[in-house]
Amino acid sequence: MFDIFFSYPTFDSMARLATPLLFACLAGLYSERSGVVDIGLEGKMLGAAFGAASVAFLTANAWLGLLAGIVVAVSLSLLHGFASITNRGNQIVSGVAINFLAAGLTALLGQAWFGQGGRTPSLPAGGRFLEITLPFAEEMASVPFIGRFYAEFLSGHSILVYGAFLAVPLTWWVLFRTRFGLRLRAVGESPAAVDTAGISVTFLRYRAVIICGILCGFAGAYLAIAQSSGFIKDMTAGKGFIALAALIFAKWKPVNAMLACLLFGYLDAVAIRMQGQSIPGIGEVPVQVFQALPYVLTVILLAGFIGKAIPPKASGIPYLKERT
Amino acid sequence: MTPAIELRKINKSFGAVHANKNIDLVVGKGSIHGIIGENGAGKSTLMSILYGFYNADSGDILVDGKVVSITDSKTAISLGIGMVHQHFMLVDTFSVLENIILGAEDGTFLSGGSDKARKELARLDADYGLKVDPDALIENLPVGLQQRVEILKALYRGAEVLILDEPTGVLTPAEADHLFRILEVLKSQGKTVLLITHKLREIMAITDTVSVMRRGEIVATRKTSETSMEELAELMVGRRVLLTVDKGNAAPGAPVLKVENLTVTDARGVTVVKNVSFEVRAGEIVGIAGVSGNGQSELLETLAGIRRPKSGTVTIGSEVLDLAHHPVDAAGMRAKSVGHVPEDRHRMGLVTSFAEYENAILGYQDDPAYAKGPFLNLAAIKETAKGEIAKYDIRPPNPMLKTANFSGGNQQKIVLAREIERDPSVLLIGQPTRGVDIGAIEFIHKRIVELRDAGKAILLVSVELDEIRSLSDRVLVMFDGRIVGERLPSAGEGEIGLLMAGVDDASAAASRQGDAA
Repeated sequence: MFDIFFSYPTFDSMARLATPLLFACLAGLYSERSGVVDIGLEGKMLGAAFGAASVAFLTANAWLGLLAGIVVAVSLSLLHGFASITNRGNQIVSGVAINFLAAGLTALLGQAWFGQGGRTPSLPAGGRFLEITLPFAEEMASVPFIGRFYAEFLSGHSILVYGAFLAVPLTWWVLFRTRFGLRLRAVGESPAAVDTAGISVTFLRYRAVIICGILCGFAGAYLAIAQSSGFIKDMTAGKGFIALAALIFAKWKPVNAMLACLLFGYLDAVAIRMQGQSIPGIGEVPVQVFQALPYVLTVILLAGFIGKAIPPKASGIPYLKERT
Repeated sequence: MTPAIELRKINKSFGAVHANKNIDLVVGKGSIHGIIGENGAGKSTLMSILYGFYNADSGDILVDGKVVSITDSKTAISLGIGMVHQHFMLVDTFSVLENIILGAEDGTFLSGGSDKARKELARLDADYGLKVDPDALIENLPVGLQQRVEILKALYRGAEVLILDEPTGVLTPAEADHLFRILEVLKSQGKTVLLITHKLREIMAITDTVSVMRRGEIVATRKTSETSMEELAELMVGRRVLLTVDKGNAAPGAPVLKVENLTVTDARGVTVVKNVSFEVRAGEIVGIAGVSGNGQSELLETLAGIRRPKSGTVTIGSEVLDLAHHPVDAAGMRAKSVGHVPEDRHRMGLVTSFAEYENAILGYQDDPAYAKGPFLNLAAIKETAKGEIAKYDIRPPNPMLKTANFSGGNQQKIVLAREIERDPSVLLIGQPTRGVDIGAIEFIHKRIVELRDAGKAILLVSVELDEIRSLSDRVLVMFDGRIVGERLPSAGEGEIGLLMAGVDDASAAASRQGDAA
C-alpha cells in the first residue's frame, strides 16, 4: 500500500507525467505573462504531438520529429497571435478555436495519411527519444540513499524530461534577470507603460507567443515520441487544461509552476497505481477522484483558501492606444 | 536663443474630429511654458504628437532648431523629450528601479543597468531633491511619489524637455506645491518644462509663458506676467466668463427637507454621521463645507436612500421618514421628489459604457413616460435626451455616443440635466464641478441658482470652499461627523476654515473679533 504513494517507481512516474505538463505550463507562463491568455495549450500540444509523430515515423529521426512538433505548435501560436494581438480579438474565443481545430485536423489528417483511425503507425527505431542512463548509474545503485536516488530517480529518463526541468531555472533567469524578461513582465501588467517607454507592444507579445509555441512543441513531441511510440487521437486528454490549472496554481511563477506540475504529476501517478487497489478502512477509491484533484485544488485556490492568485493585470485585454 | 521646441502648422484628425488645427508653438529653452485649455481642446493630443505617441497628419516639429521626425516614443526619448502622463505609465507590481530602467535597460542583462540606475537615482536625488526608495513597489507608494517616479524616469533617459499632462489632477494641494517646487528646481538647472493644465491658478503660479488652446487651435500666447486669470478664462472659453457666481438674495419659504438627530454608521461600524440636525427651506441653497471624509458623503448618501441610518428622522415636505426602521431605497427617495447628483459621477452617477440617452434616464427607467411594463419607450427616451442635450449644451450633441467619450464637464452636465429636469423639490448635489472646466462650471453654477430661484430646496456638498461660499445661502460646517457650526457665506474663509479644521464654534467666532481688532 505504502509503495503506491512512496516508492521510486511512483516518483519516476511522477517526473514523466509532470514533464508534458511542465512544458505546457511554462509555455502558458510566457504567453500570459505577456498579457495573452492562452487557453489553446491543449490544441497546440495535440497538433505538435501529431506533427512530431508523423515526421518521426517518416524520417525515423526523433530530432526531426521534435522540430516538426515545434513548427506545428508555433504556427498555431502565430494564428492565436494574429487573432488576439494584431486583430485584438477575444483571446478565449481564439484559444478555443485552436483547440477544436487541432482536435479535428489531427484526427482527419491522421486518417487520411495513415488510415489507422486517426493514429500514426508505431515509430521505427530512432524515431523515438529513449531513456538515457546517466553515467555511473549502475555503479551508484549500490550506494545507499544518494546513490539509489541517482540511479533510480535521476537516471533513466528521456532527454526531454531533463530538458523540461532545466527549462524552469532558465525561465526564471530569463524573466527576472534579462531585459527581455523585464519587458515581458511589464507588457503583461501595463502595456501602456511599455509603449510609452518606446518599446513595441506587438513585437514583444509576438515573441512571447512564439516561445509559448516552441514549448508546446516540446510538450506535444514528448507525449507522442518519448512517452509513447506514436500519436493517438486526442492523446493530450486535457493535459493542456491541467497545465493551465497548474499555471494558476503556481501564480504565474516558474519555480511554483514546477512544483505544481510535480504535484499534479504525482496525483496522476498515484491514480494509475491505485486502480483496482483499495485503501484500508476506506475501500476502493475511484481513479476519477485523483484525476479531478488538480481541478479541485485550483478551484479551492481561486476561491481564496490558499492565498490569492492574481493574474498579470493586462492578461486577456488587447492593447489599443487610447485616444486621450 | 534657439527655442527648445518649435511646432509649425501641426494638424491631427481623429475621424471627423479635427483635434489639432495648424498649431504653431515656440517653447523657449529653460522656461516653464503652460498650455491651458478646456477638456477636449486638444492639449493632450498635441503633447502626444510631440512625444511620438500619435503621428501628426501634417506639420513640422523642431527640436533645438532642427526639423525632426518623431515617429514613436523611442525617437522622442532619444531627442531628450520626456513625458509625465496624466494617468501614470508605471507597472504597479514592479519596483521603482524596474520602472526606471524599463526601456532603458542598458544591455541584455539587467544587473548592469540596475547598478547604473541605482547610482543615477542617487545623483538625481542629490541634484534635484527627488528622493524615492528604489526598491519600493509602485503600488505601495502614494500618488505624489508615483508621479516623482515618472519624473525620474524621464530624467534618467536624459530628458531636457519635460512634458507634464494635468499633473496636479491627482495630487493633494500640499503635493501639488511640492511638485511646483520641483519644477522650479528643474528650470533652474536649465530644463524646459511644458505644463498642460486646465487650472488657471497653476498657470499663474508657476509658468513663464502660457499658450491658450480652444477647440484644437492655439488662440493666444502670453507672458504670464502680462496676463490675468480673467483674460485667460475668456480666451479658453471664447467669451467672457464669470469667475464668481452672480446671484440675487434668497427668498426662503417653508422647510422642505428636515433632518433630525441623524446618526449613520459605515460598514465597519464606525459612526460617521453623529446626531446631525438641520433643515433646508424652499428656495435656498445650504452648503455643507468640510474637509473630505468628515461625514458629508455619508450624509448625502443617506438622504439619497443609498445608506440606511442608525437613528434619526428625515422629513420631506410633510412626510416624516424613520429611515432606520423603515428604509427607503434610492428609487423610493426619487419617487418622493428627491433628486441626487452623486459626488462621484463615474462610480454612482453614470454607467460610462452606456450611450448618453441611456444615462439620461438612469434611475428613472420605470417612469411611465419612458417605459410600458417591461419595455422601454426608446423614442421617448431619445427625445428626452435630445432635449437635455440642447438645453444643457452637452457636447458633442449625440445621444447615441458612449458616455465615456464625453469630457468630464459634459458627463457632469448629463447627470445634472437628468436630475434637474425631473423637477425634484429637494436636490442633493455632491461635488458639482469636480474635474469640470471653467466654462462648464459657470453654466452649472448658473443652473443651480436658477433652480433655487424656482423655489427648490438644495443641499450642496463640496470640498471646494470657494464653491460653497459663492453658491450657498447658508453654510454648515461638518467636522468628524458633526455639524460644528453654521455661518453665512460672507463669513471669512479663515473663520470657516477654522471650523473645518475642528476648532469649536466660539473660538472660531472669536477669531473674527481678533481679526477686527
